[in-house]
Amino acid sequence: MPKIVVDVMPKAELLDPQGKAVAGALARLGNTAFSDVRVGKRFELTVDGAVDAEVLASVRAIADDLLSNGVIEDVVDITVLDESGAHSGAGASGALA
Amino acid sequence: MSTRVGVVTFPGSLDDRDAQRAVRFAGGEAVALWHGDHDLQGVDAVVLPGGFSYGDYLRCGAIASHSPIMREVVAAAERGVPVLGICNGFQMLTEAHLLPGGLIRNDHGSFVCRDQVLRVENTSTAWTNGYTAGQEITIPLKNGEGGYIASAETLERLEGEGRVVFRYVGVNPNGSLNDIAGVTNERGNVVGLMPHPEHAVEAGFGPDTALAMRSGVDGLTIFASALRSLLSV
Repeated sequence: MPKIVVDVMPKAELLDPQGKAVAGALARLGNTAFSDVRVGKRFELTVDGAVDAEVLASVRAIADDLLSNGVIEDVVDITVLDESGAHSGAGASGALA
Repeated sequence: MSTRVGVVTFPGSLDDRDAQRAVRFAGGEAVALWHGDHDLQGVDAVVLPGGFSYGDYLRCGAIASHSPIMREVVAAAERGVPVLGICNGFQMLTEAHLLPGGLIRNDHGSFVCRDQVLRVENTSTAWTNGYTAGQEITIPLKNGEGGYIASAETLERLEGEGRVVFRYVGVNPNGSLNDIAGVTNERGNVVGLMPHPEHAVEAGFGPDTALAMRSGVDGLTIFASALRSLLSV
């Protein structure tokens, strides 16, 4: 069954204490190539049936109303994966978000 | 007839019983409300207590803010019914858009538990009218995600309209912008704060004071204020 993937990130201008902690751990482990880490969330919604315009519209609404809080987070991408897990043409564009 | 204050219990609420007790200490009747109901049982005011509703999955307070009773709480708040959100309850109020801004993980990344000094900056809300302007109070604070944030524009509006109700004094325990510990809505009937007034209502169980250990009862005035504002309506 196709899946719709919603990616949510903390707003760029806000402190991300989780990312800061991970960045600190990386530095302690000797990984010096990275100047910053930010930690977000990935939601995978398995669709019961075909992904049509109506489903995509409802995912956009869900992404804004429940999966993210616009005060502290941004929905950065909404992607459709087909049965094989490959990006399908329908919604592979980040513009969907 | 005594004033009835509802305290909503969500799956994962921790401080609902403490909040009920605080209501009784202040002279009101505490009414237990259930998250899955659409019924506020005709209460005169509502408290959303602290805890970790729904395990704080998704975001703190996010799933609770969509629970059945919250539709009634939002409608009541819009009618002017006093609503107080403590800690997780404050997070629910921001998620439900009854209060502006949001709460994020503490800037230092650690859970913090301490007796916290606050300055009461707005004494015209339903929940703070018993304090004097600028009064400093000490109540417990315990949170991992209590960093108050809002856009620069929102912060400016809140400050300009005097809607910052409580501000941290001495230390800023969680990286909250402008040291904000609590805010109110335009009407002043909805108040949210991260620290816990319900844990400072009975001598012997509150924060230490200069007089005696655990004798602090500075939180009681919050609950007494709501009862007073309801009597004066």
